[in-house]
Amino acid sequence: MTMNWFKYASPSSFYPLAGRIGAACAVAAAALTVAGLYLAFVVAPTDATQGESYRIIFIHVPTAWMAMFIYLVMAGWSALALGFNTRLSAMMAQALAPTGALMALLALWTGAFWGRPAWGTYWAWDARMTSTLILLFLYLGVIALRHAIADARRADRACAVLALVGAINVPIIYFSVRWWNTLHQGSTVSLTSAPKMAATMLAGMLVMTLAAWCYAIAIALVRVRAIILEREGGSAWTRELMAAEATA
Amino acid sequence: MIPDAAAPPFPAPAASGAGAGFAWALRRDLRIGVRTKGELGVQVLFYVLVATLFPLATAPERTLLAALGPGVLWVAALLASLLSLPRLFASDFADGTLEQLALSPYPLAALISGKITAHWVTTGLPVALLAPLLGLQYALDDPARYTLAAALLLGTPVLSLLGAVGAALTLGLRGGGGSLLALLVLPLYVPVLIFGAGAVEAVRGGLSAAPHLSLLAACLLVAAVGAPFGAAAAVRIALE
Amino acid sequence: MMEFLAMGGYAWYVWMSYGAVAIVVATEIVATRARLRRARSQARHMSAAPAAPTARFDPARST
Repeated sequence: MTMNWFKYASPSSFYPLAGRIGAACAVAAAALTVAGLYLAFVVAPTDATQGESYRIIFIHVPTAWMAMFIYLVMAGWSALALGFNTRLSAMMAQALAPTGALMALLALWTGAFWGRPAWGTYWAWDARMTSTLILLFLYLGVIALRHAIADARRADRACAVLALVGAINVPIIYFSVRWWNTLHQGSTVSLTSAPKMAATMLAGMLVMTLAAWCYAIAIALVRVRAIILEREGGSAWTRELMAAEATA
Repeated sequence: MIPDAAAPPFPAPAASGAGAGFAWALRRDLRIGVRTKGELGVQVLFYVLVATLFPLATAPERTLLAALGPGVLWVAALLASLLSLPRLFASDFADGTLEQLALSPYPLAALISGKITAHWVTTGLPVALLAPLLGLQYALDDPARYTLAAALLLGTPVLSLLGAVGAALTLGLRGGGGSLLALLVLPLYVPVLIFGAGAVEAVRGGLSAAPHLSLLAACLLVAAVGAPFGAAAAVRIALE
Repeated sequence: MMEFLAMGGYAWYVWMSYGAVAIVVATEIVATRARLRRARSQARHMSAAPAAPTARFDPARST
């Protein structure tokens, strides 16, 4: 059976699918969050060196990981948008950017509040946090460019180019920041010196990361549905859809 | 603003190689740059001014200045590059020349490479040559100042190359020449800044700057190959 | 319960972190769903009203 890969590339057929997947992921995210928080606060033991403050790891690691991961996915959709000239791919990239930026912001915030009790300072210019800060700037750049360009299709393509240029640069930036950091290793802060992972701690982190993943998918799909309607409103299929929803 | 009516006319379509296109764009933009000397002088003055501000803001104490010097001189170079970037495409875009360039038989990436090179010759090169002089203000010794010049010579072309992509993406946007361009391009500048300022720091600390300079050279090679194509794609997007 | 909230003396750091995440996530959910609602009602408006015939320039008319 040959699958028509492009069946869902049209916004009209993707819209209902996005609704279904989004709802499923939202439920999964909620369940995983409950399970993860239970593991984080009830099951996981107190850390010997960091006391209770280490529990921040259960939201710091998921947000930091998602910030990076969402950028890669956004770059992937951008590559598809440029390669196949499909507007839905560009809409997906557009939908992911705000969530990625918020994840980066939360990663920086939680990292600062973890750093203070653990290593004495809110901001230590370590490689990973500095790279996450630059990642936040990259996200904000894509969002700002989207807002600055009036024509939707030109904005699609320009943001796609920018996202890809950023994606190519992220490893270079990370490498250069890490190098800079090791050269200036005055303090002995090291965010890799996380508490030795008890199995329950690791499990809690993984569950929360999965929760964050499902959450990101769900919220991005809600946003893409809004974007689809904003951009395609007035076309025949939206008319039919709105009529169907009105009578339903 | 008088359009550059005296710019060399388009050559006959017989020549369509990348090299010919590069040379043509380089010559044209250099000629235009020389005719608008005022603009160039302003950018160099901006660089000197910014470099002068920092000691005023802190203290003219030699060890402090020597520690600040590499970073300040590099960041000022980044800002000066940002200031001059809109100039790269703006006037050609406004009078329709850019569209003609895109339609010409020359590969657009080659033409853009020529424009970027001309831009660097008129902005990055003067900054790189001037920096060692300003290094005296920051109590940097000779090896540090020569390393600074070498690092800037390698790094400023990368700034022009990466900046061209940003300038092309923000072509014709309201306020796009200013803060938006800076927001897009400054994160991409970070590796150049780190390697470039790091080179001078290394020499100050008695180590060799060779690893930093080789990394800068690598950045330059990658940017020289990739950025013109990225900028060409962005220009075509802006021209639609 | 009080022990739980106190988080071994690290209450400020732990709850500022979890609190920020909760606030941001809640805001994102509310704002995005509001955006979808707005987009839906916009789309409904655009589908409901049939496009009014635009006035055509008629040189025969003198006004």
